[in-house]
Amino acid sequence: MATAKDIRYLTTPKLSQLPKKYCRFKKAGIRYIDYKDPDFLLKFLNEQGKILPRRLTGNSLKFQRRVAQAIKRARHLAILPYVTDLLK
Amino acid sequence: MASYENVLIFTGTLDLETVKTAIGSYRESLQSLGAEIIHEDFWGLRPLAYPIDKHTTGYYIVTEYQAPTNTVARMEVLYKRDERILRFLTVSLDKFAVDYNARKRNGLIGRKQKASAEEASTEETIAAEAVVEQVTESSNPEPTTQEA
Repeated sequence: MATAKDIRYLTTPKLSQLPKKYCRFKKAGIRYIDYKDPDFLLKFLNEQGKILPRRLTGNSLKFQRRVAQAIKRARHLAILPYVTDLLK
Repeated sequence: MASYENVLIFTGTLDLETVKTAIGSYRESLQSLGAEIIHEDFWGLRPLAYPIDKHTTGYYIVTEYQAPTNTVARMEVLYKRDERILRFLTVSLDKFAVDYNARKRNGLIGRKQKASAEEASTEETIAAEAVVEQVTESSNPEPTTQEA
């Protein structure tokens, strides 16, 4: 029989009320993403240096394309690594 | 005439004098092809994010210029022939990129000013601007520290 400890939620968590994701470029009015700026591009990479998907960052398709382009340029110029561990 | 931005990486084993003269010669060959140099930014010796041809450091030079369309292809031939250059990248700039570079040069980047101009904006935009402010802070001190 389930004890009080086992019951985590009396009601189901409301997944529909999660804060809405937004595209930070549209919101802040950024028109150009600089490939020479590794600290900014780091926001869109995981610890292994992989590009984060849109479903996590909330970027619009237009700016996700530009972020990806900027990251790939930075990698070519050895400003960012292609593969690594513990990037952050 | 279109706007371009070029990044060259010279091998870190060279001394500064050689790099400076090489940069000077490439500047001259650019100008002889009819390019107008808008800005040059020498980052100095920097560690590479990963080794290239067993080199772990390189001198970075960023040049922004306006040139006729056939210039880039001609310059890239020269870059490929030069063994001192580890990597190069030439990018054509759109009007937003030109604008961004101009503001970055003047130390504005627009966002800090924007923050003061639109103080009455909502919390969400302030959060977004804070993100961008980090960019300006991080991008500006970098070249100066590298040169020292």
